[in-house]
Amino acid sequence: MKELSLNLLDIAENSVRAGATRVEIDVFDLKKEDVVSLEIRDNGCGMSPEFLASVTDPFTTTRTTRRVGLGLPLLKMEAEQAEGGFEIESEVGKGTRTKAWFKRSNIDMPPLGDLSGSMITLIQGSPEIDFIYRRRTDAGEFTLSIPEVREELGGISVGEPEILVWLGEFLAENEAEIEYK
Amino acid sequence: MAKSIAELKAIREKMQGQMNMRVDSDDSIRVVVGMATCGIAAGARPVLAAIVDEVGKRNLTNVKVSQTGCIGVCRLEPIVEVFEPGKEKTTYVHMDAEKARKMVSEHLVNHRVVEEMTISAAE
Ligand SMILES: Nc1ncnc2c1ncn2[C@@H]1O[C@H](COP(=O)(O)OP(=O)(O)OP(=O)(O)O)[C@@H](O)[C@H]1O
Ligand SMILES: [Mg+2]
Repeated sequence: MKELSLNLLDIAENSVRAGATRVEIDVFDLKKEDVVSLEIRDNGCGMSPEFLASVTDPFTTTRTTRRVGLGLPLLKMEAEQAEGGFEIESEVGKGTRTKAWFKRSNIDMPPLGDLSGSMITLIQGSPEIDFIYRRRTDAGEFTLSIPEVREELGGISVGEPEILVWLGEFLAENEAEIEYK
Repeated sequence: MAKSIAELKAIREKMQGQMNMRVDSDDSIRVVVGMATCGIAAGARPVLAAIVDEVGKRNLTNVKVSQTGCIGVCRLEPIVEVFEPGKEKTTYVHMDAEKARKMVSEHLVNHRVVEEMTISAAE
């Protein structure tokens, strides 16, 4: 992928397809520690140990339209190329935790890209899911919690275009406050 | 100062006043964007964003935009499918944000299929 934000979108779509009702996404960009990390936790259907062992091998997938699943092997490869690592834990009926990290100063570290755009895409596609997005840099941290948003909105869906536009601005403004100058 | 979530209350009050929520009715048009790894890598995210933006701006309350996994023809991604009641499905291929905006104005607003962007033109 050209940007880490596209991996975020892709891996979180797995959580959506796993029937998760809550998906937590952490993106940390830490200069002092020289690490960038992406972690996604969901309460979806999970995977059996045998299946889990095979998912980072690109010759496995449960989908029928095409045999090869690409998302997880791609992220793993990208992380390892940037002197980082990849781990995935899963339990049937409980959920899945996927984490990838990169050495920030490595030349193969992909740009973060449009993280807010990926979050808005996820929320648009699954307004019923409780997404919790946490973003941290050395300069600070902020969280977008869809359950909190929902409380403010009463009966209005977070998927309404007006709300999505507002949330996009919320993310961009908060992002600007913690980005490296 | 960046926005805070509490400010949403004002938006909610404004929206409740307008009562223009999208409705699911029989004459609604469904637009589906393929968002599997292949679609995302090929540029599906800005395509979806452009469609949502146009639909919102033009206040097309009869259009529902949704996402799906792999549509099955990775080399033609980004793919957008349009389902109109009583009509055959239209499949748009190799989409980008600009083509997506054109699809909204021509197809969703004026009900004219943009033939040159469809899968039949590509094959
Ligand atoms: N969070 C998750 N919960 C449950 N199952 C998962 C999760 N993430 C991945 N899987 C399983 O692992 C498989 C492989 O995932 P991967 O993202 O690598 O490919 P894919 O989603 O099948 O296809 P694509 O190439 O479109 O991403 C999925 O099809 C799914 O069965
Ligand atoms: Mg996937």
